[in-house]
Amino acid sequence: MSVQLKVDDRDTGEVTQNVLGRDTERRDARQKVTGRATYAAEIRPEGLVHGALVRAPGMGRVELANRAEVEAMPGVLMVLSDARMIRNAAQGAAGEAPVQGVETAAYVGQPVALVVAESFEAAAHAARTLTVTCEGASNEIDPEKVEIAEDDTDETAQGDLEAALREARHEIDRTYTTPSMHSAAMEPHAALAEWDGARLTVRASLQMLRYNRAEIADCLGIDTENVRLLSPFVGGGFGSKLGISAEAVAAALAARELGRPVRVVQHRRSVFEVNTRRSETTQRIRLGADAEGRLDAIGHEALVSNLPEEDFSEPVLQGTHFAYAARNRLLVQRTARIHRPAAGSVRAPGEAVGITAFEIAMDELADEVGIDPVELRLANIPEKDPESDVPFSSHMLAETLHDGAARFGWADRPRAARQRREGEWWIGSGMAACFRVNMMMPAEARVRLTADGAIVETDMTDIGTGSYSILGQIAAEALGLTAEGVEVRLGDTDFPPGSGSGGSFGAASTGTAVWLACAEIRTALAGRMDCEPGELTLREGTVQCGNRSRPLAELLNGETLTGHGEVEPGKAEDKVRQATFGACFAEVAVSDVTGETRLRRMVGSFAAGRILNPRTARSQAQGGMIWGTGMALTEALLHDRRDGHVVNRDLAEYHLPVHADIPEMDIALLEESDPWAGPLHAKGIGELGICGSGAAVINAIHNACGVRVRDLPATPDRVLGGLS
Amino acid sequence: MQISFTVNGTRQDMELDPRVTLLDALRDHLGLTGSKKGCDHGQCGACTVLVEGRRVNACLSLAAMHEGEEITTIEGIAQTSPDTAATLQQAMIDYDGMQCGYCTPGQVCSAVGMLSEAREGWPSHVTEDLDAPLELTRDELTERMSGNLCRCGCYPGIVKAIRTASEARTSDSEAA
Ligand code: FES
Ligand code: FES
Repeated sequence: MSVQLKVDDRDTGEVTQNVLGRDTERRDARQKVTGRATYAAEIRPEGLVHGALVRAPGMGRVELANRAEVEAMPGVLMVLSDARMIRNAAQGAAGEAPVQGVETAAYVGQPVALVVAESFEAAAHAARTLTVTCEGASNEIDPEKVEIAEDDTDETAQGDLEAALREARHEIDRTYTTPSMHSAAMEPHAALAEWDGARLTVRASLQMLRYNRAEIADCLGIDTENVRLLSPFVGGGFGSKLGISAEAVAAALAARELGRPVRVVQHRRSVFEVNTRRSETTQRIRLGADAEGRLDAIGHEALVSNLPEEDFSEPVLQGTHFAYAARNRLLVQRTARIHRPAAGSVRAPGEAVGITAFEIAMDELADEVGIDPVELRLANIPEKDPESDVPFSSHMLAETLHDGAARFGWADRPRAARQRREGEWWIGSGMAACFRVNMMMPAEARVRLTADGAIVETDMTDIGTGSYSILGQIAAEALGLTAEGVEVRLGDTDFPPGSGSGGSFGAASTGTAVWLACAEIRTALAGRMDCEPGELTLREGTVQCGNRSRPLAELLNGETLTGHGEVEPGKAEDKVRQATFGACFAEVAVSDVTGETRLRRMVGSFAAGRILNPRTARSQAQGGMIWGTGMALTEALLHDRRDGHVVNRDLAEYHLPVHADIPEMDIALLEESDPWAGPLHAKGIGELGICGSGAAVINAIHNACGVRVRDLPATPDRVLGGLS
Repeated sequence: MQISFTVNGTRQDMELDPRVTLLDALRDHLGLTGSKKGCDHGQCGACTVLVEGRRVNACLSLAAMHEGEEITTIEGIAQTSPDTAATLQQAMIDYDGMQCGYCTPGQVCSAVGMLSEAREGWPSHVTEDLDAPLELTRDELTERMSGNLCRCGCYPGIVKAIRTASEARTSDSEAA
């Protein structure tokens, strides 16, 4: 049996909030803070051997010149180069093998061999000794230099943009660029593969196990049922672990051949090359507005890149489609096929860069029109989806703008630039609106109830997002238990397939599946009480129907009740536009001497449906705001101009924000309930914070010192060039 | 080669390849996987442990360099510095100073080491007056913790947790 739901319509039910919605300790916090959380590479089975991936130093046909010599090195067990190895990580939710084969290298840094040895040290040494040569290819690596195929162009047009721009009272026509960026999760991609006959078990660091399982099976040419994946803890993903990567396939192949468990952990440098980067973007934004700042024309044209044969194209315009109203619109997306490392999803693909550029353009427009940037946003909130004309499921942008402005003290900000100075520092404030689409994915979960409590099981992952916590809270709420009364087991493909973690859809999708599984249990209990499920109240071990009540233990009579829940997106997706909204406000100091920007404070106000656990949700929003700060000020994956290789492929040169870069953050999660988001009325919060916070920082720089940065990040050299 | 040192109060005698780092000795040979490997290059701080009470990036140090020394890892830190570490760990939970948890053990070990450096008056890059008694301001604290990266962006919670531990420690010593 199973309770299934296709989300076609508004939900009319109500969810009680005894455990749900409460600020609750992260379920796995104690394990993490004491070092007892165990990640992919941290098990040592009998006979374990170690693999090290070897990268291509160039592009073209690959030759392993001294293979025999390396195979003869002490401790070395094999040098593997197999046609089933993969070129780069699979795209999110692919569910099939990415491009395979290592006889040619499509980009510099592609893994082309695996050296396996008895010890990690021997493997690393042998991998460095292996001489790889590549020849015969001189592939284009500059997105501006290639012809774009028609298939790689996507256009949405409404009205007449050019005419509207000509007639507009105020016009903006600017080009913005964002560089390649990287997820750079703290745990490097790792896999430990072990075979038992035809069955393969991989302990891996992955986000979406139901798809990953199929991807590995497809790579190896075996049945999906013969693959078991375990990812109970994942040290961050942010998109880079949506699809399987090179180490998992190589480890599985080597383990089969050697008949021993093989562990492969990607070298930090490989992490930056093999696992999809966020594409660089060039974005031309044209805006036309009337005297009050009301938009009549929106043009947004984006150029992004990817390797040939990759489906993914950074969806830069995703947020622009619904952010603001304007009758005349032209949105064009182009994908250049070049040979930099593969591009793919990185936290909030699309909006992270698209909304950032757009919200800088809106700030420029506010200046041009001469109105307050908050007022400009308020004047342009659409009543319905600007392109499809369907209503929004809920829309709280105005509320977040008012709330954020009040918390920040926006009213005190001088509108003109270069008004405040402290010593060498220019002080200024900026803001931006935040937009992110809301998605749901198919998900299943199982819940078992005994007199001792409940157990939730799904292959859903917790990549730091708080899945352990909220799924436990959902079951506790539905079954009248305390949070401690529920055990949550995740990250094992032996459990029903959850949604996986990505696109901020985890909580609402897998959470709904858990809720439905509990509904099946509630129905069974109501049957035993001889009443309707709707009349049932479960509280602390008692089952109540009207004025009759019985102890749960007695009703269960030693049995276990099992519920299976299954949710999939339905027609709701076509009936309403679902999104999350927010507003970010930043204060910066810019050095007049060095051009350095310091973030002094940041306020974020967000609306993302029902908040299931304010503590973990807040951390997610904060993480997003910090990512936005990194995007604005320091992060850029640099490609060599001749062969496109990633020059700064480590954590010393790819500059993540550090402790000293980040001040206190004031974060508000506004109360909202979205009935179109399934019975929990919850939307995603994991990505919203990055979809605007960077623009707030860039806009604050302008307010501080008058320099308008259009090429991110705003490194000192770029700011200094504008200061005079 | 033969190497022995003490980890969390227990003496360990190991036969190790001289190339084995302190981090790999802990994780792969002693099974103490609480210390994390984020970069293996001394660039992230996830592997921070205390050697003779001082913080060290275990990935940048060979096991063979620590003959006879006293090493404390996340697994033992609550026993070796009970007041600071246990308060800090609880405060990390209260302020949700973690998400994926991969940087967390390093943050905790680093903070414990950092607080003792500060108590001993070590200056940092942002210390203005090298002769005045050190006040552990937010700027001082974040400067000293900047070798511990957190990609999940948990810095504000981690800072609050460290401040809580530092204040608890101050009142401890005042009471004493
Ligand atoms: S693993 Fe040692 S500093 Fe990153
Ligand atoms: S908690 Fe994930 S890196 Fe810090």
